[in-house]
This record gives sequence, structure tokens and C-alpha cells, in this order.
Amino acid sequence: MSAGELDEVDRALIAATQEGLPLVREPWAAVAASVGISEAEVLARFERMLAIGKVRRIGAVPNHYRLGLAFNGMTVWDVDDAEIDRLGAAVGALDFVTHCYRRPRALPEWPYNLFAMVHGRSREEVEAKRTEIADLLGGAARASDVLYSKRILKKTGLRLAATAG
Amino acid sequence: MRPPSDPIDLDAVDRRIVNSLQGGFPLTSRPYAAAAEALGLDEDELIARLKRLIEVGALSRFAPMFDAQRIGGAVTLAAMEVPAARFEAVAETLASMPAIAHNYERDHRLNMWFVIATETPVGIGLAQREIEAATGLKVLLFPKVREYFVGMRVEA
Repeated sequence: MSAGELDEVDRALIAATQEGLPLVREPWAAVAASVGISEAEVLARFERMLAIGKVRRIGAVPNHYRLGLAFNGMTVWDVDDAEIDRLGAAVGALDFVTHCYRRPRALPEWPYNLFAMVHGRSREEVEAKRTEIADLLGGAARASDVLYSKRILKKTGLRLAATAG
Repeated sequence: MRPPSDPIDLDAVDRRIVNSLQGGFPLTSRPYAAAAEALGLDEDELIARLKRLIEVGALSRFAPMFDAQRIGGAVTLAAMEVPAARFEAVAETLASMPAIAHNYERDHRLNMWFVIATETPVGIGLAQREIEAATGLKVLLFPKVREYFVGMRVEA
């Protein structure tokens, strides 16, 4: 999709809400006032953006660290290309996996093509979950590793300007 | 540079809010009232608790989450092998670049993992070359080939 598919009003709505919805009784009306359109149009546009996936969801964005999930392990797997879509879907369906992606290998330094993020309250908890993934993948995974996060160096998310350009 | 924050204590109501409001916020005039009712809470109490959860950092924010690619932008995971002696300086360089959304230190030979998010796909390659020029280090890109569905399930 090209940037041109985001019209100016949707762009203004994103810019007005990406850092947080107003915590007032009528948040959509407040957004409408700031963007200069009606509340009904704000609601209709968000309905549409949700329906077509421009908005993934609307709600609370948890901070894993503050919630005690201090151990974040990026588990990575070298999975047979013929099997990866079936197995990737199965790994994504595990209830403790928070992100699951197929990504390209970067040979020779990086043989892994499946990335599954796991959070836990201890290293042991993350290791146990990694073992469950390994059991699920079985012989289709030739090699694997887990990269624990040691420190957050930066965290902001995509910041879209209010106007294109 | 900040270490992962210390965990905080949430009461049972806070936990229900965090666990149940990670999506599905109503598109109605009084969405907090509707969400509060489903939780057996009062509208103003839910709003006050959300404010507090954000203030103490249990929630990063309460907001729509946009799909960067579907709104025309581009996003990719990337990694570098940064010599220990230069690690802090390279982290500072990346912190100052608007295209870098997240950056984590990880315990691997590839010890710096970050997300490049730009408003256009061409911006990814530009950011990669900018980082390589600024640091003299190779930037490996790991764009998603496919995303496997996961639900919303951070349990507070």
C-alpha cells in the first residue's frame, strides 16, 4: 500500500490519537473537535480503519516491565521453508507468544527465519516456554536461539506527522 | 538510557482493566461508560484508574494501535553487532534518529536490535544507510515476510 491511500482526515485522526485517547467521558467528540469534523465521522472512520486493518485495535497498551514481565526472550528458529507457514501459525496460537513473524535469514551470520517473542517473570519461565515451542516444532527446526533483552535503549513507536510531507 | 522499570503493585480491579481492555474499546459516544459497565465499574472510576495506570507506567498509553504498513508507512526489525566500547555512543546515535522506534540491547553477538519505522518504504533503506554511514557498522534488516496471528494476552 502506498502512503497516498491515507487521506488527510485519517492522517489527522492518527496524529491526534496515536499517543493516547482523551481520558474524558466523550473522547471521540474531543478528537472530533480537535480535528474539525463531526463525532459521527470520527466513529465511521475508525470503524472503517478497524475493518480494513489500518487500526489493529483500540485499547490499553501494557508496559510489560512495569507489569512484572521483566524477562523478554526473542526466540528464533531455523525452520524448514516448506513447513514454516503451518508451524508459524501453530506457534502464534500458543497463548504465551506475543509476536510471531517469519523473517528472512541473513546468511551466513543469521540462519533463523521464525521469530517468536515470549515474556515471563523469570528466565526459567521463558526457558520453559521456549521448550514448549521446541516440542511443537520438532524436527522441522534445525537450530534455535533465544536473545534476552538486557535493556530498553529507546521506545517510542511510529510517530506520524499531522500532515504529509 | 534507562533500565527496565521496577514492577508495580496493581489491585484486582486494575488487573481486570489491563487484561480486558487491550482491544475492543467501543466506538460509541460514551465508550468508557460502556467499557466500565462490562467491568462492573463506574465510568468516572474507569477513567480515573486509566489515568493512574498510565501515570505509574503500567500502561504505555490508551490509544488506537495503527498498522504502520497498512497506513502507508514501512517498518522493519534490524540488528547490528556493536563493539562493547562503542555501544553507548551508537545507542545515542540511534536514539537521536526519528526513524528508530524501539531499540533493545540483547545478549547475543548481534547485540543491538531495533525497529526502523518510516512514513514511506523508501525511508527504510535511507535510514539503514544513514546508520551505516554514522557508525561504520553493518545493519542487517529483518523485514517481516509474514505475521502469524497472536491474540492480546498480556496477563497483568
